[in-house]
This record gives sequence, C-alpha cells and structure tokens, in this order.
Amino acid sequence: MASAVVPQLPVGGFSFENCKRNAFLASKKFPLPNAKKTGTTIVGITYKDGIILGADTRATEDTIVSDKNCSKIHYLAPNMYCCGAGTAADTEMTTKLISSQLELHRLNTGRVVPVCTNYSIAARDPEPMLEEGKVLVRDAIAAGILNDLGSGSNVDLCVITKDGAQHIRPLENIGIRGEKQGSYRYKKGTTAVLKANIIPLDVTDTLIKPVEAEPMDTSG
Amino acid sequence: MELTMQFKENILSDHKGPKQTYFSPYADNGGSIVAIAGEDYAVIASDTRLSAGFSIYTREQSKLYKLSQKSVLGCAGCWCDILTFTRLLEARMKMYENEHHKQMSTPAIAQLVTTMLYYKRFFPYYISNVLAGIDEEGRGCVYSYDPIGHCEKVQYRTGGSSSALLQPLLDNQIGLKNIQDATPVSIVKDRAIAIIKDVFISAAERDIYTGDGIVMHVITKDGITEEKFPLRTD
Amino acid sequence: MERTLQPITTGTSVLGVKFDGGVVIAADTLGSYGSLARFRQCQRLMKVNDNIILGAGGDYADYQFLTSVIERKVIDEECLGDGFNLKPKSLYSWLTRVLYNRRSRFDPLWSTYVVGGLQDDDVFLGYVDKLGTAFEAPTIATGYGAYIAQPLLRDHWEKNKGKQTVEEARNLILSCLRILFYRDARSLDKYQIATVTKDGVTIEGPLVLDTSWDIADVIRGYE
Repeated sequence: MASAVVPQLPVGGFSFENCKRNAFLASKKFPLPNAKKTGTTIVGITYKDGIILGADTRATEDTIVSDKNCSKIHYLAPNMYCCGAGTAADTEMTTKLISSQLELHRLNTGRVVPVCTNYSIAARDPEPMLEEGKVLVRDAIAAGILNDLGSGSNVDLCVITKDGAQHIRPLENIGIRGEKQGSYRYKKGTTAVLKANIIPLDVTDTLIKPVEAEPMDTSG
Repeated sequence: MELTMQFKENILSDHKGPKQTYFSPYADNGGSIVAIAGEDYAVIASDTRLSAGFSIYTREQSKLYKLSQKSVLGCAGCWCDILTFTRLLEARMKMYENEHHKQMSTPAIAQLVTTMLYYKRFFPYYISNVLAGIDEEGRGCVYSYDPIGHCEKVQYRTGGSSSALLQPLLDNQIGLKNIQDATPVSIVKDRAIAIIKDVFISAAERDIYTGDGIVMHVITKDGITEEKFPLRTD
Repeated sequence: MERTLQPITTGTSVLGVKFDGGVVIAADTLGSYGSLARFRQCQRLMKVNDNIILGAGGDYADYQFLTSVIERKVIDEECLGDGFNLKPKSLYSWLTRVLYNRRSRFDPLWSTYVVGGLQDDDVFLGYVDKLGTAFEAPTIATGYGAYIAQPLLRDHWEKNKGKQTVEEARNLILSCLRILFYRDARSLDKYQIATVTKDGVTIEGPLVLDTSWDIADVIRGYE
C-alpha cells in the first residue's frame, strides 16, 4: 500500500496493465494489427571446439513474405549469439535488451560473461568436427527452407569458439529467384502531370565547408 | 404451454455462447491461376504447389483442367471441392458430347460453371475458378468466378492465393491502367506468355502458397499446347 | 444424430515411398487413446488384393469400418469372376468419394489413407484425408511424419533422382520410422511394413525397430 510514510516502490519487469484494455478493444472490433513473424527454422549444435547456430532468413506476415533476407541470429556478446523465432520485434528487442545488460555486466565485473556458470567442456564422442557440424546445420536449415512454408531464402550460420564468433551470412542461397524475361521500366511521361509549379531560387552566396571523415566507433 | 417453455429453454441453452467445433469441411490448399485472352488465342497457367497450413503436399499438382479442345478451367482453393467440382464438370462435358455429338462451346461452359456453382449456394464449393478458351468466332476469352457462381467475362484475370498481388500488375501491364497516353493494342501471344511467367516468378517471391512450378496451356484454333516451367521451391 | 466430433483411438504417421517396380508403405502399431498408449498391436496396414496396399492414420474405428467395406468390395469383385481386379487408382478414387461424402454430411471418417499399388506396370502412391483431399506423390508421409519424415523422404528421393531399389526404399522408410519413434510422442517401436511389386503384396510384422539411446547421456540439463 502506498502512503505518504511508506512510498510505493517501483516494481521491475514487464507491465501487463494493457492486456485487459487490449482484450476489451479487440472485443469491440479494434483488434491489434498483425505482427511480423520470423517464421521458424533455427538450430544450434555443439561441435568439438564450440557452437554452431543456424537460421533461415524469411519473415512473414500471415501468408505474405515480408522480408526475404532477415537476420535471425542476434548478437548478445562477443562470445554469445542467439537465434530467435517468433514475433520479429520481440526477438529483436529482447536480444538487444539482454545484449545491453550483458555489456553492463561485463563492465561491472571486468571479465567476459560466461554463457552458463557450470558449462562443462568434457569432450564427447558423438560431437562432430567443424566441417561436419556446418554441413549438419546447413542440411537441417535447408530442410526447413524447402519443406516449411514459414521458412525460406538463405541459410545463415554462426560459429562460436572460445576465440570469438564468426557470423556467416549467407552461407548458401536455397530459394533462388527466377529470371524475368520482360522489362518493367516505365517510359518517361507514364505518370500524368496534373499541375506544375516552379519556384525559382536565387543563389546569392556559396559556402563550402569541408567535413573531416570520422570513423564509426565500433569498439566494445 | 409447457412445451413452449421447454422449447424456449432449448433455444436459450443452444445459444449460451460460442460452441467449440472441431470439424471444418473446408481447407485452404493455396495455388494461383492467371489467364489472358488475345485476339485468336487464350493462355491460362497455374502454379503446381499443393499445400495446407505450413506444409507442402506435393510440388507437382497442376490445377488446370482441359474441358474441351477449346477451353481450359483453372481452379484454386479447397482441393477436395476442386476434385469434386471438376469431376462433375467433366461428366457434364461427356454427357453434352454424347447428346449433341459436338463439344460444348466456351461460352456455354462458362454458363454451366455458373449454374453448377450456384446450385451449391448455401454450402459452396470453396474454389476460385478462371475459365479460358476460344469462342465460336475464334476469339480468345476468359471468364472469372467467385465461389458461388458470379461470372464475369474479362480480357485477363488472376485467381487463387496470389490474385490480390497479381491482378493490379496485369491491370497495369495488359489493361494499361494508370499509364498516360497509352494506346490500347491487342497483346501478342508471346508477350502474354512472357508476362504470365514473370508474374508467377513475382508471386513465388512473396506468396508462401505459390511456388515449385508453372504449368501453362496455350489455346488456339489448332488445339491446346502445354508447357512447364520451374519456380522457387522454398 | 451420431457424428464423429473428434477421433478417439488414433494411429499416428503412415509413410510411403515409390521404388523401381513398386511401393513400400509402413506404419507403427500403436493405438493411442488421447495421450494414453492404449493399444500396442493396432495393425494399420491392409492388403486389399494382389496389387494394392493401404495404410491408415487417425481414428482407428473409422479405419476398421472402412476396411470392412473395402473387404466386401473386393469379395464382390471376385464374385464377378470376370478376371478383372480392383486397381489402385479405382480404390483411391472411390476413397475420395466416400470421404468427401462423409465430410459433406458433417459426419467425417476421421482418418487419413495412403494407397499404394501397381496399375498396368505403373507405380501408384496416393493420399486421401478426411475431407476427401487427394493427391499422388512419389513420397508421402501423414500425421507427424509430414513434418519429420517427409523432408527426409524428399531429400533422399531428389538425391537419387527418383531411382532406388526396394532395399534402399525399405532402409529409408525404416530410418524415418526410427526418427519418428525418437521424436513423436504418440509413436511406437513396433511397426509393419508392406511392399507391392509385380510379384504381389507382402506385409511384414509387427517387427521391432532397433534403436540406439547412446546419445542419452550427452543430453544435459534435466538432472
């Protein structure tokens, strides 16, 4: 209970206060707009020296492909990537949120954040070598691309070892675009000009100011 | 009096909110149809993907039905309805041929399709039909339908899962809509074929229910020729 | 009026693939009662005659009903004694009509059928479901198999360019059944496998799949 003496502490986590309102609006024929989904196929395996993640690159809105080459393997930290399936905005924002929290954690502790606190590195027999593992992941994603209508286009891969991560995008194009025969460029004058209004501008003075190129800050 | 009360109660209890139903007699099996009519020919094409939900049933299912030497019907939608409807239609074709010792003309088939669809007005065949052929004067013609039998004679039409994507494209490229000073010219056969191939390539890019391949029938006074082309399979 | 509103005792996937000179169809023998593995000896493959085999998934009672109708049909054909037999395409076509009629009466037979056979030296493999949806394909997988086995069957089919021997087809089907047993919670390691060639029909089983759980000790996180 909040009062003047005991103030209400702010609560953490997600707020669900709009759920009821949204359900009410939906019942009054104001449904939420359809969100973009990333479709499906994502996989992850461990191999001898690390991890291989894989994903397709199709995003859909109902039965329409909305993005033919979207990235579903998200960066979390230099030693961590995360495949996301589901609502595109959610996978994007949650991974960004986690990524920023991980970076803050790294700066606080001053060391690389481990993926898992009790990760055992005991070598196991069935674990494949890198090339074997890449083929296995590629085949799994390709099966998804070819057989699942929610998945399509390309295979993306991410290989994570203790030395860092390698994001291979794309590894392979599976859905290949057909070649059109005709040209669909429009001739000049195709669109009717209904009204033309030309405002003449007088150049009174010219000043050229050189700007020094500054490299983008990519450290961190 | 008591009967009335009971009746009332039954009615009320039957309408106490939504009831869960487990069974739907319809399925959406996807697929797209495109047809163009020219001066002395008609072209009709369908994709060859048969699907349900997020699965592909088969990659090589034509959705075109040769009804006579001069007309071809393209169907997309609920596949079990398509199987039933086309089978009945093919039977009617044979009955007509046996009775009149000639094949039905394309405009006559167009009318028959309307009648057969409307016959099931209150439990419809869930099908997008497009009929292409050449009429008795040798001119190309295309007829398009809604699932309950409304019929329209047109120069070009798309049907099925990609129809909303492709129709505006044909409106522009063949109907020459929204093009200033366009002079309407009759479209030559090779251009019609090329446009159909190209629009299917575009449909396969964006519609998950269109892909795998195209099957195309070109109808002229000399008969029907069939061609096949691949599309993307993802 | 009595209507099937939901399936009761159910069978899971049926797999089918063509090979050079015939078809092979397989299914496990579990009859599930919801999530209960109720019947372990439900045989879901049927020899229709010397050139047709039939497999069924979905409601088992509906399959048994249809089996009796088909058996009667085959006997009627034999009684004609005209030297002609029922052919796979005829049975397939007949099935579409029966199932479509039942769906149109809102009283469906809640099951999926795979028909395999030889028709005038051509290999036939077809699928029919409770709506009367029907198609032919070189590889068919129903139920959960449509998600897990079909990609493997198609991949194999394309890599072999549609050519394979009966042994290759059998091995392919068996590896798919095994993978389904590992991942489909409504499946069993007991199965039947049927082949049809010009020499006739054989239905083997119930046999037991040889499975390996060696990777089990590699799976972590559930201890």
